[in-house]
Amino acid sequence: MSTTTLRKGGMDTSTVIVATMLGIFAILAVFIAGNATDRLMGIHATVFFAAVAAWLLGIGLWAGKLGDRDPFDQTKYEDTLVKFGIFTSMFWGIAGFLVGIVIALQLTWPNIFYFEQWGFTNFGRLRPLHTSAVIFAFGGNVLLATSFHVVQRTTRARLFGGMLPWFVFWGYQLFIVIAATGYLMGITQSKEYAEPEWYADLWLTVVWVAYLLVFLGTLWKRKEPHIYVANWFYLSFIVTIAMLHIVNNLSLPVSLGSSKSYQLFAGVQDALTQWWYGHNAVGFFLTTGFLAIMYYFIPKRVERPVYSYRLSIVHFWSLIFIYIWAGPHHLHYTALPQWAQTLGMTFSIMLWMPSWGGMINGVMTLSGAWDKLRTDPVVRMMIVSLAFYGMSTFEGPLMSVRAVNSLSHYTEWGIGHVHSGALGWVGFISFGALYCLTQWLWKRKSLYSVALVEWHFWLATIGIVFYMVSMWFAGITEGLMWRAYNEFGFLEYSFVETVEAKHISYIIRMAGGLLYFSGAAIMVYNLVRTAIGHERINQPASAPSVSSPPAAASLQPAE
Amino acid sequence: MYEKLSHFAQTGGLIYFFAIFAVVLAYALWPRNQKRFDEAAQLPLQDREPGDE
Repeated sequence: MSTTTLRKGGMDTSTVIVATMLGIFAILAVFIAGNATDRLMGIHATVFFAAVAAWLLGIGLWAGKLGDRDPFDQTKYEDTLVKFGIFTSMFWGIAGFLVGIVIALQLTWPNIFYFEQWGFTNFGRLRPLHTSAVIFAFGGNVLLATSFHVVQRTTRARLFGGMLPWFVFWGYQLFIVIAATGYLMGITQSKEYAEPEWYADLWLTVVWVAYLLVFLGTLWKRKEPHIYVANWFYLSFIVTIAMLHIVNNLSLPVSLGSSKSYQLFAGVQDALTQWWYGHNAVGFFLTTGFLAIMYYFIPKRVERPVYSYRLSIVHFWSLIFIYIWAGPHHLHYTALPQWAQTLGMTFSIMLWMPSWGGMINGVMTLSGAWDKLRTDPVVRMMIVSLAFYGMSTFEGPLMSVRAVNSLSHYTEWGIGHVHSGALGWVGFISFGALYCLTQWLWKRKSLYSVALVEWHFWLATIGIVFYMVSMWFAGITEGLMWRAYNEFGFLEYSFVETVEAKHISYIIRMAGGLLYFSGAAIMVYNLVRTAIGHERINQPASAPSVSSPPAAASLQPAE
Repeated sequence: MYEKLSHFAQTGGLIYFFAIFAVVLAYALWPRNQKRFDEAAQLPLQDREPGDE
């Protein structure tokens, strides 16, 4: 394979292509900065130009120091990129959780945490910062890192494209920076989970297409005849997110120099497109991507093949074919035709089956090795993530039923539901994968401290319970208060009374978030010490060792 | 037109989903595929380098 890389003064073809692309984008940024019709666009074009210029400089310095070394040696895996991904995941995770605590404080004590003179601290700007930081920055970086790791190990091929995966990685970070600074300055197209404006969307499209190319190219040159099920899940995540992102962001900018754009769709069509996008961001970003993590990391960590490969195939196809139709359940009692609402609700209920099929498949992978739940807190974390997955995928269909939705919609119950999925399922499976990857890639016998993983596990679990229970309580309380009438047929409560009723719940929720954050901070400390190579001396004897060659290339007794 | 489309979505959709589910089930449960699936299930457990055969 290395014969195909043309070397031009230390630069191979892929580096030349990436550098040329970056050069074109730098020129575009200068053009837009020069023609900006609003101040915010000028700032963003300048930030973008500075980042790309620094990037090009970095590539130049890197290429100058290469000498005769082949940076993309096809006989080795691209592990450095995955290591970078572990660190960016930790960074964005901490940042996103922290902003979550800030906005929880603002809701709890609005008189103290409202800063009139600093517009960028307004809840309306920090809230999308929090959601995007945890979903797209933290979750996205975990998915980039793990997908790059898994696709290489299960195809026995180095990542396709030489410099291209690095372009995907840094390009994605640049997208996050542009999106996040945009929210703080007040740039938004006001679509939930799709707030970035047209130029950021276009940049993400370029990055995402490159991601798809890297993934497909690696599958194409695979040395294994089979495409392992985790890669199917990753592929569905990459392809579907591309489709959702492009369709939901079809819009026309006011001008090339304006940060403002207008949606192509209007009214109920726009609403349906938005929630087709919104719910499938849950389905294909927060579910299939992280199920791919489950299908690789749980078998690998417990050194047993997945419980049923056949079930994984049925799981995959039924999940992706059903998920894509569930979006209309966000639009009960709206202008959307009722049969379409019912369709969304029906598909949501059907989703219960593939979701639980997948959960059972993951949990049962432990059969015959249940003791690992006790001895290895990393395994416990990943299995508990599946328990939360099972719980939130039961709660979700329930809430999609029109009658239940009439009570739960627009209340804190929705917030609680999202967070049991996000903190419990996505968070825990990600933490599990990060613990595994750090230990494996830096080739450590064990993590720096297994005891600290225990601390992380319990702090985070208690935090989630605080969060969920308080939000159930707040949500059902306010839902019932909103629909309470007195004997004269008037509303029993004014809106502000329903807000006051949630104060205690808000305090408990904030405490839960704080616990969850401290757990994550402990993880960061633990992972950094592990990467450096430290190890605590009094580890328990049962501390899990680095994956020794699995005793079982053959079938397990349980089969 | 709208009536026709929504009617088709509600009936044709049902048949379409049953059909693809049947195909998926048949593929997953087909006895001849068992060996391939067993091999594939072992993929994460192998620790091999890119060049290894």
